[in-house]
Amino acid sequence: MNRFFQMLGVFFLLVCLIPLPFVHAADSQSIQIKGSDTMVNLGQAWAEAFMEANPSVLIAVTGGGSGTGIAALLNRTCDIAQSSREMSEKEYELAESKGLEVQRMSVGIDSIVFVVHPENPVSQLTIDQLSDIFTAKITNWKEVGGPDEPILVLSRERNSGTHVYVLEEIVRKGKKDGTEEFAPSVLMMLSSQAIEQEVTDNKTAIGYFGLGYLNEQVKALSIYNPKTNTYVAPNLEDALNGTYPISRPLLFYLPNKLEGAVKQFVDFVLSEKGQSIVLDMNFVPLKKSEA
Amino acid sequence: MRKYYEFVVEGLIFISGIASIIFVLLIFIFLLKEGLMLFRQVGVFEFLFGEHWYPISEPPRLGILPLILGSLWVTFGATVISVPIGVACAIYIGEIAPGWLREILKAGVELLAAIPSIVLGFIGLVTLVPLVKKIFHLPTGLTALSGSIMLAFMAMPTIVSIMEDALNAVPRGYREGSVAMGATKWQTIRRIVLPSASSGIIAAVMLGIGRVIGETMAVMMITGNAAMIPKSFFQPVRTMTATIAAEMGETVQGSDHYFALFAIGIVLFAITFVVNLFADMSLHQKQARV
Repeated sequence: MNRFFQMLGVFFLLVCLIPLPFVHAADSQSIQIKGSDTMVNLGQAWAEAFMEANPSVLIAVTGGGSGTGIAALLNRTCDIAQSSREMSEKEYELAESKGLEVQRMSVGIDSIVFVVHPENPVSQLTIDQLSDIFTAKITNWKEVGGPDEPILVLSRERNSGTHVYVLEEIVRKGKKDGTEEFAPSVLMMLSSQAIEQEVTDNKTAIGYFGLGYLNEQVKALSIYNPKTNTYVAPNLEDALNGTYPISRPLLFYLPNKLEGAVKQFVDFVLSEKGQSIVLDMNFVPLKKSEA
Repeated sequence: MRKYYEFVVEGLIFISGIASIIFVLLIFIFLLKEGLMLFRQVGVFEFLFGEHWYPISEPPRLGILPLILGSLWVTFGATVISVPIGVACAIYIGEIAPGWLREILKAGVELLAAIPSIVLGFIGLVTLVPLVKKIFHLPTGLTALSGSIMLAFMAMPTIVSIMEDALNAVPRGYREGSVAMGATKWQTIRRIVLPSASSGIIAAVMLGIGRVIGETMAVMMITGNAAMIPKSFFQPVRTMTATIAAEMGETVQGSDHYFALFAIGIVLFAITFVVNLFADMSLHQKQARV
C-alpha cells in the first residue's frame, strides 16, 4: 500500500514538473498569429523567413478567418490578428471595454477573383450582375450570356473576411446602408480550397477567393471597371495600379504597445524583404501600390 | 494510519463516481447561462421560427428554423436508411450467422464505429458527393441526401450493437419453445424474438438517432451549409451542429451572435435529451417486464 502512494507521489511530481521547460520557452520568445484564411500562407511565409534569421523566436500562424483572429486578439489569445477586413465599430467598442488599445497596420493588398469552370462560356461580368447572382435575382447562366443552366453559387463561411468583403463591396455594391444579403440558397464553403474544388468539378458553379489562390483549374472572370469603361482580368499588374476593381487591404491588428519579438517581426514584414514575400505569394506589396 | 488511507481512497473513488454528474450539471448551467442571455434581445418565437439566419448583419437576424429543419431532414434521412439495414444486420448477427462469422461481423461493426467522423466526411466528399450529383443530375452533390447516407454509416454501429444485446437478452427457452411447436426459423424470429426484444430495439433506434443529430464534422463537409428551408433531399441544408462549429471561432464573447450559438446548443441539447429519455424509458420498460 505504501509503495502505491510513493508511486502516486512521484507521478504527481512528474506531472507538475513536465510542463516547466515549455512554460519557460513560452516566456522567452513566441508569437501567436491568428486570423484571415486568405493571409495564412502569407503569414506562414513571413514567419518562416523571420524564424530562419531569428532561430530563438517561435512563431505559430493559424487561420480560421479574420473574425476569429480579431476575436482572439480581444480575448488576448493571440499577439497579432491578421485580417482582410476592417475591424467593426462593435469590435472597437468591445476592445475598449476590455481595456485593450488596438492599432491597425496595412501590410499588403489583395484582390478577389470570381471564378467559374473553364468550360463556362461566360468570361466577364459587372458588379451589378455579380450582386444579382449572389442575391439569387439571377439564377440561370443564360441571363448573363451563358448556357441554359441554373447557377450554383458558392460563398465562404461567415467567419471569413472575404465573405464580409464580398457582402459589403459586391452584394451591397459598396453602399454603407445596403440591406442586401447572400441568398439563403448560397452554399457556404469552409475554405477557399473547398470552393476551388467545387468549381473545378462543377460546370455551373461560381465562387470567389483571393488572387493568391488562383490556378489553371478554374477560369477567373473579368470584372467591369466603370472608371475605365473596360472589363479587367484579375492579374498582379492591374491589381497594383488599381485598375482591377475588387481589391482590399491586408491588415494586422495588434496592441498599441509593441515590444520584443513582435516589434521585430512587424518591422520585418514592412521591410523590403518582407514586402517581396508579399509579391511572391501573389498579393500586392505596399510600396509599389503607393507609388 | 491504515484507516486514513482507506478514507482517502474511498473519497477519491466517490469523487470519480459523481464527477460525471457534476460535469453534466456544470455544462448544463453554463449552456443555459450563456444561451438564455440571447432572449433579452430576441424573442423565443422569433428565434425558433424565424426563417432567416443572418447573424453578422446589422441588425442581425437570428432565426434558426432553417437550421432546425436542416438537422431534422438529415437525421430523418439517416434514420430511414440506417434503421432497416441496422435491424436486419443485428438479426443476422444475433440469430442466423454461425458462431465464427458472428465474431467477425461484430468486430467489423465495432470497427465502423471507430472511424473518426472527419474521415467519413472526407471520404464522402470525394466519393459520394460526385456520385450523388451524377446519379440524380443535380447542380451539386452537396445535399441533405449525401449527409444522410454518410450519417447512416455512423448510426449503424450504435443500432446494431445495442439491438444485438437486446436480442441476446431474449431467453433461449422462448426460441426452443417456438421451434418445438413447429414454427420455422423466420416465424420464430418474427413472432417471438422481435416482439420480446421490441423495447430494446426501440432504444437502439433512438440512440442511433441521438448519435446522428449531434454529429457535426461529416455533415459540415458534405451538406453544403446553405441556410435555406429545405424542400427536398436533393438540396443543400445547414444543420445546427455545423452552424455552431463553423461560426463559433469568429464570434466575440458576449455578442448576440455568441449567445445565439449557445441558444442553438440549448435546442440541440433539448432534442438529444428527449431522444435519450425515450431510449432510456423503453430500456427500463423491458427490464421491468422480463
